[in-house]
Amino acid sequence: MSWLIDPNVRMIIYGLLAGLVFGFLLQKAKVTRYQVILGQFLLKDFTVLKVMLTAIIVGAVGIWGMQAMGAGFPLHVKGATLLANVAGGAIFGIGMAILGYCPGTGVAAAGDGSRHAVVGILGMIVGGGIYAEVYPQIEDGLLKAWSVTVGGSNKVTLAELSGVSPWWYIAGLVVIAAAVFLVLERWERGRAATA
Amino acid sequence: MSQQSRSPRGAQAASSTTGPSPGGWLARRWNPYLVGAGIGVLSWITFALMGKALGTSTTIAKSAGLIGSAVAPEHVADSPYYGRYFDAAAGKYMFDWQFFLVLAMFVGALIARKLSRERFVEHVPPLWQWRFGPSRGLRYGAAFVGGVILLFGARMAGGCTSGHGISGSLQLAVSSWAFFLSMFVAGVVTALALFGTKGRDHVLAD
Repeated sequence: MSWLIDPNVRMIIYGLLAGLVFGFLLQKAKVTRYQVILGQFLLKDFTVLKVMLTAIIVGAVGIWGMQAMGAGFPLHVKGATLLANVAGGAIFGIGMAILGYCPGTGVAAAGDGSRHAVVGILGMIVGGGIYAEVYPQIEDGLLKAWSVTVGGSNKVTLAELSGVSPWWYIAGLVVIAAAVFLVLERWERGRAATA
Repeated sequence: MSQQSRSPRGAQAASSTTGPSPGGWLARRWNPYLVGAGIGVLSWITFALMGKALGTSTTIAKSAGLIGSAVAPEHVADSPYYGRYFDAAAGKYMFDWQFFLVLAMFVGALIARKLSRERFVEHVPPLWQWRFGPSRGLRYGAAFVGGVILLFGARMAGGCTSGHGISGSLQLAVSSWAFFLSMFVAGVVTALALFGTKGRDHVLAD
């Protein structure tokens, strides 16, 4: 059991601090509330989309900006095995609509006072255990299907796949998000006025 | 007190029993764009300072392995899945930065609520109660099953809303955008199947 405790205390402290901030922010957006997550899936309350798209854009500008300026930190692109990504994503979406939380917001929701989120976390641990048992059966099949590779690696970004600068994608995201946000805000104001 | 009120607005009613929200940064609800920007900046720090990407579901899967290793240590030691995560030689540990990140998320949310003097306890959410009744057992059972499905999907896809949805999407990862679109569509379809379009009248729009 040498794998139990990471001896790198500095990383553990960073992890603690980042988690405090992350949990604090999630609670402040109220995405720790079942109502808000289900409100998103029922296309009534778009808080989740607003938070996520803004985080993606601000994050992308900073990460790609620092990379362009020569910051040498590693990226962590996950492998594009599209069958597993899409099927896993669909299973995930079904579970999220039933539970009302994802793993991160579920843990934060437990801190925020949601008792059913605590039960959901127990379910998640069991789900992780079941997956570990199934893994050897799908390791060489489903998990490798529809693999997208560039230069022999499946850790592929949209920029690498298309051979276009990442900034085109970031600019496109900004334009799409700005349009979506404008329409949403106008729609919400109209709804509030008629309510 | 519990959220067993009859009104679909029960959750909000219970929260407001603690008095008006403080102003400024202690306000109970922040602008979602501000929170999103904050999470984006947090991702800069985790990438640049820690050399890591924000994520949570790996820790939950590893927790299953930790519990398994207490019950059946040989089984976990031989598992090709846990072998990827429990590997001191490769610098991979159970109680690592991400475990403490997940633990601290619980505390961070608790602090956020306490600082804005908000009371909130929820057993059965109002929307659920409107559709399926006030039974705690039924809601807890559904939450458990939802959690099982959720994490199974996350591990198959290789991440969750944080690891794929935010960290992966901002890196423009092909895998993460595929995950994000798929999970969003499945979530909408499932929510509409469970609650129907009438369910929209029982969630609070903000």
